[in-house]
Amino acid sequence: MSDINPALETFAQEVEELLTAMEEALLGLDSNPDDSEAINSIFRAMHTIKGSSGLFGFDDVVAFTHEVETVLDQVRNNERAIDPELIAVLLACKDHTAQIIQHVLFNEALSLPEDLQQLGQALISQLTGSAESVASADDLPATQAEPADHFEVDSNTTDSSDNWVISLAFKANALRNGMDPLSFIRYLQTLGKISEVIVSLPPLIRLEDINPEDCYLNFKIAFNSNTDKKTIENVFEFAEDDCDIHILPPNSRQEHYLQLLANLPEDQFKRLGEMLIDIGALTDKEVSHILDEQRAAEQTDVKPMGEMLVEQNLLQQPVIEQALLKQEAVKQRINKESNYIRVDAAKLGYLINLVGELVISGAAMRLMVDKHGLSDVDDVASTMGDLVEDIRDTALQLRMVQIGETFTRFQRVVHDVSKELGKQIQLQITGGEAELDKTVVEKINDPLTHLVRNSLDHGIETPEQRLQAGKPEKGTIQLNAYHDSGRIVIQISDDGRGLDPDKIVAKALAKGLIKADQTLSKSEIYNLIFEPGLSTKEEASNLSGRGVGMDVVKRNIEALRGSVAVDSEVGVGTIVTIHLPLTLAIIDGFMVEAQQERYIIPLSMVEECVEMGSEEWLIDEVQHYVNLRGQVLPYLRLGDFFHNNKKHTQTKRESLVVVRFGEAKAGFVVDELHGENQTVIKPLGQLFENLNGIGGATVLGSGDVALILDVQGLIQHAKKRVGANLALTATL
Amino acid sequence: MTENTKKNDGIHHLSIKEDMTIYNAQTLKDTLLGQCHAGTRELHLDLSGVTELDSAGLQLLLLLKTEARERGFSLRLLRHSEAVIEVFELLKLGMYFGDPIVIPATWKKS
Repeated sequence: MSDINPALETFAQEVEELLTAMEEALLGLDSNPDDSEAINSIFRAMHTIKGSSGLFGFDDVVAFTHEVETVLDQVRNNERAIDPELIAVLLACKDHTAQIIQHVLFNEALSLPEDLQQLGQALISQLTGSAESVASADDLPATQAEPADHFEVDSNTTDSSDNWVISLAFKANALRNGMDPLSFIRYLQTLGKISEVIVSLPPLIRLEDINPEDCYLNFKIAFNSNTDKKTIENVFEFAEDDCDIHILPPNSRQEHYLQLLANLPEDQFKRLGEMLIDIGALTDKEVSHILDEQRAAEQTDVKPMGEMLVEQNLLQQPVIEQALLKQEAVKQRINKESNYIRVDAAKLGYLINLVGELVISGAAMRLMVDKHGLSDVDDVASTMGDLVEDIRDTALQLRMVQIGETFTRFQRVVHDVSKELGKQIQLQITGGEAELDKTVVEKINDPLTHLVRNSLDHGIETPEQRLQAGKPEKGTIQLNAYHDSGRIVIQISDDGRGLDPDKIVAKALAKGLIKADQTLSKSEIYNLIFEPGLSTKEEASNLSGRGVGMDVVKRNIEALRGSVAVDSEVGVGTIVTIHLPLTLAIIDGFMVEAQQERYIIPLSMVEECVEMGSEEWLIDEVQHYVNLRGQVLPYLRLGDFFHNNKKHTQTKRESLVVVRFGEAKAGFVVDELHGENQTVIKPLGQLFENLNGIGGATVLGSGDVALILDVQGLIQHAKKRVGANLALTATL
Repeated sequence: MTENTKKNDGIHHLSIKEDMTIYNAQTLKDTLLGQCHAGTRELHLDLSGVTELDSAGLQLLLLLKTEARERGFSLRLLRHSEAVIEVFELLKLGMYFGDPIVIPATWKKS
């Protein structure tokens, strides 16, 4: 149960977001009916909800959204015009979807109530203009599970020995107040059978001593009835001021109560009294009475409520024990849950920002201390420096989560879907302990779901096909994650049928994405699958194949400053590789200087630093490469690259910093190496967003600004130069 | 209204010819207490005239029974009226008092 809940929660969130987006788009269509992007977004919302609901087995939702989606598909292909009526119906459909999802989320096992089903059918017939296509909703059995009822009693409680025990102790004034105990007992008879009555008088009382107008009577009544405690208590409602009433449930009731206790929801911590009222073992009055007594008791000998209840014959011991156990269980559960605090991401972001400022001003202080040689401040400063570093690490840790949890969610998805599709598929997870920023994890979930779904649906073949192809019957999907030079790499691979380049090209031609005379490399062809509207599957299924998804996947990943690539071989399998930045706000950097300008290279990407003796390293200034121990290494002179107009003046000995991104390597030629530096990444602002080769900036302790290099971009750049020049030399 | 017949052998006979309720509980108590003295060996209480019996009356009867036990005389309840039988039935008191109860054939509840 517990491993599905987070997934369901995500599903609920996702649906909410999608529905909100859909509503916005619909409302936008009202004023601008030709907005194809809005129509796409509405379609995607329904499509994604349908897909996700299918994964969780919410058939009602799938049935409904499928109909809506079909209509939207027609709209998208201009087969149906969008008009205010349709928008209104679609808005109603959106609301209905939200409703049925609410229903299935909280009553997973139950089918839809009658009114929701009818509403759904009405909406669909409004959409399609006919009522025939709603058969799928009708198929569902309309059985309704009965909610647990406190008042219902099993047949075995009517056992003759099974009695309520009602104790009535009337107060002296009862008779004068017009209460006649006998009349209450007479009335009680109408509710059941009085099997035994014990009438007692206070001991040692003599006729001559009494005031005949006082009441001295006590009753103990064994009462056989199927009614509940509340009803019995109501019999004595008028007497409650003049009488102490104790109603002890029969033994069979006890079992009934135990069962009710066990079924009590565990979502909320309740006090003992509340729990017992909920199951009907106690009434409100009894509880408030007990609580009054508890309050009135001397501070020193306050008894726990349970003890008092047993003492006063209000309830049997086992019921109380069970209730206390239940209470404890709920408490533990809640405690476990409350180990986590949900924090607004914006607040966390603000904290991290502040920590960044703290790191900078810490560095500034360090600088001043060193400058003025304040030896007595030195100790204090270093202690503070350590603390700041700890705070920085902890603050960053707050946002880091392991990707494993995201991965394991797919276990269930794979399990269910493979059953549904009649395929045998196993999911292998590796590298789940790789950590990345929480916001990235949240955003990567959707694309991953799409990709896994694609692999499940298109990638892996049926067992027969697999056996025919000489592969093991059971297909494998692998999710892998690892860190690579300050980025995280996520791979989704399957050993399925692979992508067929010919099919993709044909489809792309049909869609007009490419021209017939274009020649494309293999990777270019594969990248076509990220184009909107391209699907090689002929028929759309619940899971995928409508040609939405891969474009969204790519857009989502690029929005995270990541990249996605696909590689495949027909018959062998497909592998999708996603590169994502860890989006750390603070990194360990390596500071270099070129042309009196400081630059930061992410330390994780620095491979090595070498002293640059131009004689030894055979710099080829024309073809732009150096010979590093026999390897051809493209290089960039940072000073030249960023100060194009300045004349390069070689004043000192230069150094070469070798950086690596994935498989690619390059060398940066710099004037000076400054060593490691704690770097707080500051975004450059919109104006400089598209600057080539620069990923951000940081403020140094001295107050100077240093630029953070976009290593990936620079390597590309260096390679391009080499390529161009090499090509040039080849033609010469 | 009670009718008292005193016999020489210590057997007292008392007919209660009114309701036994809180309204006359005080006088009833006095009357009943008046029967409890050293010379009493048996007290016969004729209840045929009791048309209503409430808790106050009932507790007098119960206390009288205790009194009789304490003082060592026996209390006999005779000719229970319908009202008395109804209460005794309700509270299962017939056994407690131990007196034969004659249920009249004309009793509405039979």
